[in-house]
Amino acid sequence: MSSVVRVSNVTKSFKLGKIEVQALKGVDLQIDRGEYLSIMGPSGSGKSTLFNMIGGLDKPSSGKVFIDEVDIAQLDAYELAWLRCRKIGYIFQTFNIIQVMTALENITLPMIFAGMTNDAAVQKGMKLLEQVGLGDRHSHKPFELSGGQQQRVAIARALANDPAIILADEPTGNLDLTTGEEIITLLKRLSQQRGVTVISATHDFKMLNVSDRVVWIRDGRIDKIENREELSISIGRIGVRE
Amino acid sequence: MKEGIFQDLPNKSNRVQRLVVLPFGKSVEIAYKSILVRFFRSLITTLSLVLAVSFLSFTDVSNDVANGMLASGSAELRQTLVRAGYDLGPEATNVASSPKQRWIILLSLLVCAVGIVNAQLMAVTERFREIGTMKCLGALDRFVLRLFMLEAGMQGLAGSAAGALVGAVFALIGGWIRFGGAAVRQVTLTEVMASMAAATGIGLGLSLLGVLYPALVAARMQPVEAMRVEP
Repeated sequence: MSSVVRVSNVTKSFKLGKIEVQALKGVDLQIDRGEYLSIMGPSGSGKSTLFNMIGGLDKPSSGKVFIDEVDIAQLDAYELAWLRCRKIGYIFQTFNIIQVMTALENITLPMIFAGMTNDAAVQKGMKLLEQVGLGDRHSHKPFELSGGQQQRVAIARALANDPAIILADEPTGNLDLTTGEEIITLLKRLSQQRGVTVISATHDFKMLNVSDRVVWIRDGRIDKIENREELSISIGRIGVRE
Repeated sequence: MKEGIFQDLPNKSNRVQRLVVLPFGKSVEIAYKSILVRFFRSLITTLSLVLAVSFLSFTDVSNDVANGMLASGSAELRQTLVRAGYDLGPEATNVASSPKQRWIILLSLLVCAVGIVNAQLMAVTERFREIGTMKCLGALDRFVLRLFMLEAGMQGLAGSAAGALVGAVFALIGGWIRFGGAAVRQVTLTEVMASMAAATGIGLGLSLLGVLYPALVAARMQPVEAMRVEP
């Protein structure tokens, strides 16, 4: 089976003033279809940078990112927009719900972009809102929703066009413990129901319980990749060390 | 999603359907709601335009009034105009705006344009995150550009129309006070309407021109850059 995402020797450097900072120093990674993968690492380790590369939100300085064996650097602006719209769902730490739109309008927007009629989009949007447990809050504006509810809207929005991949950047970073756990459970359930590949950058250890594989990033490189079976041991060790 | 991700990507050679779309009606709806939500801010952005356009409209309609008085052929009205300070030759059949008037109008429009660019740059900066999010959802550069142009267009049209109306009303009242009711009755509605339409058009043009640069900056932004901005 071919991998749904393949990262090949990717480096990325930023210019901070006159200093050049290398955020990624050559990363190779293969992600399988339907997998729930967590990218773990301390802040500044380059995990968000890697995450942005995978999502086609940023271009690598060198190396290649393949999605379904297609080099995304080869895609033109339209194809890239199509990919973002139809095949990848994004979830962010700061929710990034469009503030001026209601919950339902936020969810229907990507479906409108995908060419769906307004009625069909509204119908599907309501169904998605029910699936994330917010069926009765469709006409609420983001500022009338709690953080957890906003993140639920974001998850529903990410699923709007039935994407193949969901990218979640610190989805629980701005949420309290219980809400964070609810969001993680929701993500896991939806990914299993739909067979979506979930890739999340995080430093939330709660995420480990549901992950099939965990990629540890340290200092711009992959430190180690662990399967779920190996995990409990290393978490124990971290618990002792910290 | 069992099959390949790209299998339903329309082929380049026969790409009849567009990859991502934003119907025009929907764009108008989004732009309109966006203005309503930020009503106070939109009002301030539009206010300088209202003032500049009303000044333009005031000057034009005042000239219309004077022209109407001249066109009536009445010697008495002509005398009134000369007494009021209009520089009329014995053969003059119409009043044109003086160079000084034109200069002041030009200046006021220029100041207004700078004000619009300034206000729109700030408005766009405030919305970087929203723009980044939209791009992550698949919005093309031109969707963003279109939304901002539509918003500016609506603001420009409403602001200019209001300004033109205010200017015209004040010009007519001013004419009535200076020259009396008989003088104001000489001006035709068509002329006033034409002056107001011209002023509205210029105002709309200024509004669109002012948003062009900020909107281009916003539209060309990479999603990541846009999201990196702190809210």
